[in-house]
Amino acid sequence: MSTLTAGGGSSSGTGPRRGNSSIDGPSIQRQSARYGERLVMGFLISSAGLSVIVTVGIVVALLVPALEFFREVSVWDFLFGTRWAPTFANSDFGVLPLITGTFWTTVIGLALAVPVGLGTAVYLAEYARPRVRKTFKPALEVLAGIPSVVYGYFALAFVAPVVLNNLLSLEVGTYSVLAAGLVLGIMIIPTIASLSEDALTAVPQDLRQGSLALGANRMRTTLRVVFPAAISGIAASIVLGLSRAVGETMIVALAAGTQARMVDSPTSNGQTMTGFIAQTATGESTPGTLTYNTLFAVGLLLFVITLIINIISIRLVQRFREAY
Amino acid sequence: MATIGAVATAPLRAGRAGERSGTSIGFLVALWAALAFALVCLATLLVTAFIDGYPRLDGALFTRYSSRVIPETAGARAAILGSMMVIVTTALMAIPLGVAAAVYLEEFADPRRWFNKLIEVNLQNLAAVPAIVYGMLTAGFALTVGLPRRVVLSGAIALALLILPVIIITTREALRSVPAEIRQGSLALGATPLQTVWRQTLPSALPGVATGTILALSRALGEAAPLLLLGGLVFVTYDPNGLMSGFTTLPIQIFSWTGQPQVEFRQVASAAIIVLLGLLLVMNALAIVIRNRYQRHW
Repeated sequence: MSTLTAGGGSSSGTGPRRGNSSIDGPSIQRQSARYGERLVMGFLISSAGLSVIVTVGIVVALLVPALEFFREVSVWDFLFGTRWAPTFANSDFGVLPLITGTFWTTVIGLALAVPVGLGTAVYLAEYARPRVRKTFKPALEVLAGIPSVVYGYFALAFVAPVVLNNLLSLEVGTYSVLAAGLVLGIMIIPTIASLSEDALTAVPQDLRQGSLALGANRMRTTLRVVFPAAISGIAASIVLGLSRAVGETMIVALAAGTQARMVDSPTSNGQTMTGFIAQTATGESTPGTLTYNTLFAVGLLLFVITLIINIISIRLVQRFREAY
Repeated sequence: MATIGAVATAPLRAGRAGERSGTSIGFLVALWAALAFALVCLATLLVTAFIDGYPRLDGALFTRYSSRVIPETAGARAAILGSMMVIVTTALMAIPLGVAAAVYLEEFADPRRWFNKLIEVNLQNLAAVPAIVYGMLTAGFALTVGLPRRVVLSGAIALALLILPVIIITTREALRSVPAEIRQGSLALGATPLQTVWRQTLPSALPGVATGTILALSRALGEAAPLLLLGGLVFVTYDPNGLMSGFTTLPIQIFSWTGQPQVEFRQVASAAIIVLLGLLLVMNALAIVIRNRYQRHW
C-alpha cells in the first residue's frame, strides 16, 4: 500500500510520514495553494466519511421508531413473549415466534451449506486439477449471482411441491421452514465455498509437502494439516454465511409462511424476523402508527443480532490468523 | 495453486497405497458429491425457471403492464423500465461516491489515525448489514427530509447505500494492484498527488474498478428486500418518467407474482425471472470481457 501525502490536503499533510511518502519533498508541499485540489480532497474525505454517517443514520433510523414502540410495549414482553399478533385487536408483541422462525431456517440452511460448501472448497483447493477448477469455479460464481427472489421462487415452485412432497414424500404444506431453510442453504453454499477455498489455497505448499513426506496420504494431509492451518478463514466463511442466512429476506418471505408461531419442527410453517418486516412493509403501513414502529423494533433486533455475529467473525479472523 | 499431483511423484509412490484405502476413497467421493450437489442445484434452478416461464416469454411480457385479474396477459413493462431507471440512478450516485471514498482510503489516508481506523472497521460492518436494513434507513431518511418513499430517487438511494461498501472494497483492491512506481514516476515529474491519482493511478486501475462496479450493480439489479420497505411498489401500471415518479422493479414484480395463488401468475413470474437472469448474464459477461481484455498484469 502506498500512501501519498496530499498536496496541502487537510488530512494527512500533518500526519506522520510513512514508508515511501518521502518521495514528495518540500517542492510538492509548496503547491498547496491550489484551491481546486483542496476542494477535491474535501470531496474524497467526505465520501469516505459518508460510510460513518450511514452507520449513524442506520442506528438513528432504527432507534427512533423503536423507542417509540418500547414506550407502548415493554422490552421484557417484546423479547420473551411467546405470542406475536401485532395487528390483532387483542394484540401481543412477543418476538420469540419470529426468532424461532429465523432460528430454524438458519439452522437448516447451515446444516446443508456447511458440509456442501466445505466439501466443494476442499475438492477445488486440494484435489481438483487446475482445468477442472477453472471450469467449476465460475459455476459457483453464477450460483452466487442469482437474485434471492429467484431462490424464493425456486423454494415455492419446486423444492416444496416436487422435492419435499413428491420425491421425499414428506407431509409439508406449501409453506415450511424446511423448504425455506434448504433453499437458504443452497444460496449460501457459494459464500462458504469460495471464502473457504481462498483460506485453503493460502496455506503454504511446504506444509502439505512436509505432511506427504512423512507418509500421510492426501486425506490425512487435508484433514490434519491444511484444514487446521486454514481454520480462521473457514470459520469466518461460516460466520458470514450465518449472518447472510439471518438477514436474508426474499426466500423466507415467499417460502416460510406468513403465520408467526413458535416453530417446533422443520415441517411446520412459520414467520421469520425478516419475513415479518417484508410482509408488513408491503401492506399499507403509515409512519407514526404502532404497526410501523413495530417494523423498526424488529429491524433493530435483526441489526443487533447481525452486528454481534459480524463482530465475532472479525474477532475470529484476528485471533486465529496464522501469518506465513 | 495446489497441485498435489505434482508433489506426489516418484518418491512418494510408496504412500500410494494410502490413497486407495476405503476411507480415503470415501472421503474423495464425499467431496465429489458436495460439488455435484451444488452444480445440480444450479442446473435445476435454471431449468425449472426456463420450463415454467418459456411459454409466457412473449411480446406481452415486454409491452403490457401488470394485471390484478388477468394473469394470462399480464406483462412486466413497468418493472423492466423501472429496473433500468433505478439502476442508472443508483450507478450515478454510488460510483462517484464509492470511487472517491476508495481513493481517499487507499491513496491518502494514514491508517494509523483514529478517523481512518473508524472508517475501516465501519466498512467491514456495513458490508454485512442485511439488505432490508438499508430499506429501513432509506424510509427513515425519506420521512425526515420529506422525500416521498415510493419514487425512483428513494429506491436508488436505498440500493446505492447497499452497494457502496462493495464498490469501495473492490475499487481499493484495484488501486492496490497498481504498482507504486507509476505513482512515483508521476510525482517525480512534478505532478501533484491528485493529478497523479486522476491521470495515472485511476486509469491504470480502471478495468478492476469497472469489473467490481458492474458486479455490484448487478447485485443491486436483483435486490428486492430494501425496496419493499419503501412501501406498496407492487402494482404500477404506467412508465416511470423521472426521479420523482412511482416505480416498480423486476425483482419486486417477481416477488408479488410468485406470492399469488393462481398458477398463471407463477408462470409470468418465471418468465420475468428469465428476463432478469438474462439482464444479469449480460452484465456479468460484460464484467468478464472487461476483466479479460483490459486487465493488465504488472
